[in-house]
Amino acid sequence: MNLKTMLGLGAAAAVSAAGWAAMAEDMPPCENCANEMTIVSWGGAYQESQRKAYVEPYKAMNPGVNVIWDESSAEAVAKMRAMAEAGNITWDVVDVVASDAIRLCDEGLAMPIDPDTQLAPAPDGTPASVDFGDLLVTECFIPQIVYSTAVGYRTDMVSEPPTSICAIFDLEKYPGKRALEKRPIGNLEWALYCDGVAKEDIYDVLETEEGQARAFAKLDTIKDHVIWWTAGAETPQLLADGEVVMGSTYNGRLFALIAEQKQPVGMLWDMQVFDLDGWVIPAGLPEDRKNRALHFVRFATDTQRLADQAKYIAYGPARKSSAPLVGKHAELGIDMAPHMPTNPDNAKNTLLYNYEWWADYRDDLDAKFQAWLSQ
Amino acid sequence: MADRAEARDAPVVAPIGNKQASEAKMSDASANGGPVLAADGTPLKVSLRRAERRLRLRAFLLTAPLLGFILLTFIAPIGDMLFRSVENEIVADTLPRTVEALKDWDPASGQAPDEPVFRALYEDLKVAVAEKKHTQVGQRLNYEKSGISSVFRKTGRRIKRMDPDKPLKPQFVNADKDWGDVETWRVIKQFSPRFTDGYFLAALDMQRDAQGVHLRDEKDRIYLTLFWRTISLSAVITGMCLLLGYPVAWLLANLPARTSNLLMILVLLPFWTSLLVRTSAWKVLLQQQGVINDLLVGIGLIDDAHRLALINNQTGTIIAMTHILLPFMILPLYSVMKTVPPSYVRAAKSLGANDWTAFWRVYFPQTIPGIGAGAILCFILAIGYYITPELVGGTSGTFISNRIAYHISVSLNWGLAAALGSLLLILVLALYWAYDKIVGIDNVKLG
Amino acid sequence: MTSADDAFVVFDHVQKSYDGETLVVKDLNLNIGRGEFLTMLGPSGSGKTTCLMMLAGFETATHGDILLDGRPINSVPPHKRGIGMVFQNYALFPHMTVAENLAFPLEVRKMGRAQIEEKVARALDMVQMSDFASRRPAQLSGGQQQRIAVARALVFDPPLVLMDEPLGALDKQLREQMQFEIKHIHERLGVTVVYVTHDQSEALTMSDRIAVFNDGRIQQLDDPATLYEKPMNSFVAQFIGENNKLDATVEAVEGELCLVRFDNGETARALAVNIAGPGSRTRLSIRPERVEIGAKPDFNSVEARVLELIYLGDHIRCRMEVHGNTDFIVKVPNASEHAALTVGEVTTLSWRPEDCRALDAE
Repeated sequence: MNLKTMLGLGAAAAVSAAGWAAMAEDMPPCENCANEMTIVSWGGAYQESQRKAYVEPYKAMNPGVNVIWDESSAEAVAKMRAMAEAGNITWDVVDVVASDAIRLCDEGLAMPIDPDTQLAPAPDGTPASVDFGDLLVTECFIPQIVYSTAVGYRTDMVSEPPTSICAIFDLEKYPGKRALEKRPIGNLEWALYCDGVAKEDIYDVLETEEGQARAFAKLDTIKDHVIWWTAGAETPQLLADGEVVMGSTYNGRLFALIAEQKQPVGMLWDMQVFDLDGWVIPAGLPEDRKNRALHFVRFATDTQRLADQAKYIAYGPARKSSAPLVGKHAELGIDMAPHMPTNPDNAKNTLLYNYEWWADYRDDLDAKFQAWLSQ
Repeated sequence: MADRAEARDAPVVAPIGNKQASEAKMSDASANGGPVLAADGTPLKVSLRRAERRLRLRAFLLTAPLLGFILLTFIAPIGDMLFRSVENEIVADTLPRTVEALKDWDPASGQAPDEPVFRALYEDLKVAVAEKKHTQVGQRLNYEKSGISSVFRKTGRRIKRMDPDKPLKPQFVNADKDWGDVETWRVIKQFSPRFTDGYFLAALDMQRDAQGVHLRDEKDRIYLTLFWRTISLSAVITGMCLLLGYPVAWLLANLPARTSNLLMILVLLPFWTSLLVRTSAWKVLLQQQGVINDLLVGIGLIDDAHRLALINNQTGTIIAMTHILLPFMILPLYSVMKTVPPSYVRAAKSLGANDWTAFWRVYFPQTIPGIGAGAILCFILAIGYYITPELVGGTSGTFISNRIAYHISVSLNWGLAAALGSLLLILVLALYWAYDKIVGIDNVKLG
Repeated sequence: MTSADDAFVVFDHVQKSYDGETLVVKDLNLNIGRGEFLTMLGPSGSGKTTCLMMLAGFETATHGDILLDGRPINSVPPHKRGIGMVFQNYALFPHMTVAENLAFPLEVRKMGRAQIEEKVARALDMVQMSDFASRRPAQLSGGQQQRIAVARALVFDPPLVLMDEPLGALDKQLREQMQFEIKHIHERLGVTVVYVTHDQSEALTMSDRIAVFNDGRIQQLDDPATLYEKPMNSFVAQFIGENNKLDATVEAVEGELCLVRFDNGETARALAVNIAGPGSRTRLSIRPERVEIGAKPDFNSVEARVLELIYLGDHIRCRMEVHGNTDFIVKVPNASEHAALTVGEVTTLSWRPEDCRALDAE
């Protein structure tokens, strides 16, 4: 994924022409399909948005299809590997982040998808491969949303609102605890960036021992002031309780905190780390279940469906063609476009998460990160 | 089973089993009362054995379902885990020709291997790419050297475009420059055997490189620290449980039934709440803006700027885990204390012992079996816990199990997870052995 | 009777209640002399063990004073009272050897090692258990454990030893043997013993005096012979030894004797011991061995029908119907001149009026 794609996406969202409402692609009924389907997702508000935007309409169009939810996405890779080893795959459609999709694809656990034949084209006929563009990070992955890891801060606990990600490292101006994710991804990049490394050089520097030491040294300066989180819900809670002055988490969580719960929290979009979430279909499904899964995924990732999801949660649709269709929040009536991570105002300075690079260095750096944490 | 029974009985029936010898003896044996015969003339021992075999068989059949269940659900997974911790078949299975060709190559030469090895690699990868297995090998080798994963992925995409009629080495190096790196090949060669000690070395913060096996740099060590922390924190937690649980168990055992039943419900109450709920409750209580800190600031014991850090560190882990494991200490203690008659302490007092001496020299020694049982339970449960340390332990209060869980579900390095799990198992067995040596395992009583 | 002045142990108006509603011990007054073997005898729930526990210090008196050697000990904790105690189940410490059990009271008194060893050896010798010093209690038989328990209660030379049904767990033969051994040790050491039991034969065998407990009170306090021969109330008469009871109404009091009328209209004379006066109900108590077969001058005589005969070797136990009471027992000595009785036969029984005690009707 490159910056241009992202910005293009955001710009399109900003235009948000209410004019053309694309109708759902006329779906032929599913042939030789199982009537039961297990969908794996993350639970919570996100799964709820999927249920409303994809599954309910799908069931309305295909009466008799029974959907079983499983909230195991956090352990999807491990469980899919275990299922494959046991020769008993019980899942049909699995929601995973892009890095997990790459891994599942590498391990041969997910089924390759041909976007142009198996996914719906845009309403104007643009093939899916072009509509999704660079977001198709691996041949098994069908992108769904663009989300980002951004920073929220307590407006009542800072003297002036932070404008740069480096506020995280500025203990003098912003004293207090900060919440960061307990993994190297994102944190090391931020550390190097705030240590003066140019954005485009970050991964080259991080590849070297010295670069890694430099990143950890920068993190050392705030180590005693960090609460490390592992679940996305932690930072919103910590912010709400006033336990931390600022903290990173998924932008949708922060949106809920600010717009729905009206907490005194502000968004710091600077250097937000973009990531993707989407579907994979397990490899080796029986024909009828595979057909059902493909039928569902084709429907669930068409232009209108992806745009619909943004009514329920502040994550950006992964199709370029969906961006103009993003409307208002289903209950709050807020215009959702300004809350999308891809909105040009929010995406002035973003970090491009290099999946390929992290696939190589994740194990090594994670071990180093954990060793650093435990020292 | 039947075979084993026979083998065990063999020495006993040997003179009878040896027919000639027994027959030869028969004449004079019966004269001086020799082998006793059953009513039907068979030697009594044979007949006894036959009768008992039936009983043994029946006993075996009764236990067979449980035995099968345990074998299938307990022994087999542990065996599988032990196997996984050394298993390394993927390299030899996916790259058989390369492994063979690499036999003659010496990493000490400082040169990447020559054309024949690359040709073997080409053949292997063609098959592997067709089967989509090249990325799995890449994953496996990436645990040992970062970057190999993408070397295989990239090369997999290029392999179709390679021309086998031209020298392959430059084409490979062109696909990814790491193919010209001795280190890449050294790792492939090192991990080509079907079994490896690599996972165990990694689990012990050791690595094997050109210089041989040695500990990692201080800053990269993690598992030894975590093992030590797991043991020491578990010991502290067990100690806290004992300290808090002992008086409670004593009360339970000595209060009138109605009061003690109520108290018992309070002790068991945590069992009726989900682990996550309890742990989250501790978060609310212990965090810096939490109930306890608010209270302390409210009564002026600490000032607002110096609120105590009670969570997201070792203190948090100790507090929450002590709470969760307390019943496991109290219950065995209680059931042992229940069996200590009050007359012992009375006797000690009547003999002139004050309260403390009567407790320490007479009551306490008799509760040691309960302490042993409770301590073993708490300690072993603590060693394996990971949800609570993950939620309240921050960085300094997490356990080795958190890393095992991480390698199982996130990094997918199941070999390393299995090695860590095996080490944990060995550790527990060693502690059990030490306990048996010091205290004696018969000295454990659950009730 | 020991007077309060030279008494070693004094219970002075002691009361005990556990729940504040009922009294388990009601106004207990008891003086125990130095060197005396006093037994508290009574059915379970009569308050005897509570008294012992108050003396040992494990229960506190709700009211009244307990004095030991002239000192009130209500507020002295048990371990400072210096009282030896033998428990019902011995309470030997299972994690210590026999020698360690015996050394325990000496160690807590901070005695020297050599002195401890000597005293332990002497105590073991006293109970003839010297060979068992290194055994654990679980490796001993009941009788052996009993001996060790006695030795442990005595090893620190307490002036007072309390024994709470110490022989209850032993079989009959061993129990009788131990009774003698304890008695002998008592005589040899001159220690004061307060002994609790519900077994009247045990009490009669061992004690200098017996306090018969019932319903939280001492019913009678006397030496064994007096207690047996001259029970002062129906409970004691019934509780100690075998007893025949006959209910009647007092007609007249004639000096030491009184005239009573049975419900069937017949009359008899009895020793007036515990009666309210003419017209009141009374219960007569006659020991079986004091009843003779056949009429005798100056004896009370009565017609009786033989209901049952039990041959017991040296005597024949004969159940008869007397004045409508079908549980009247007569012991007929198996002497050569004695006529044999047959079931259903009507014969005459006689006893001295002095052997027939008119007691309270309960």
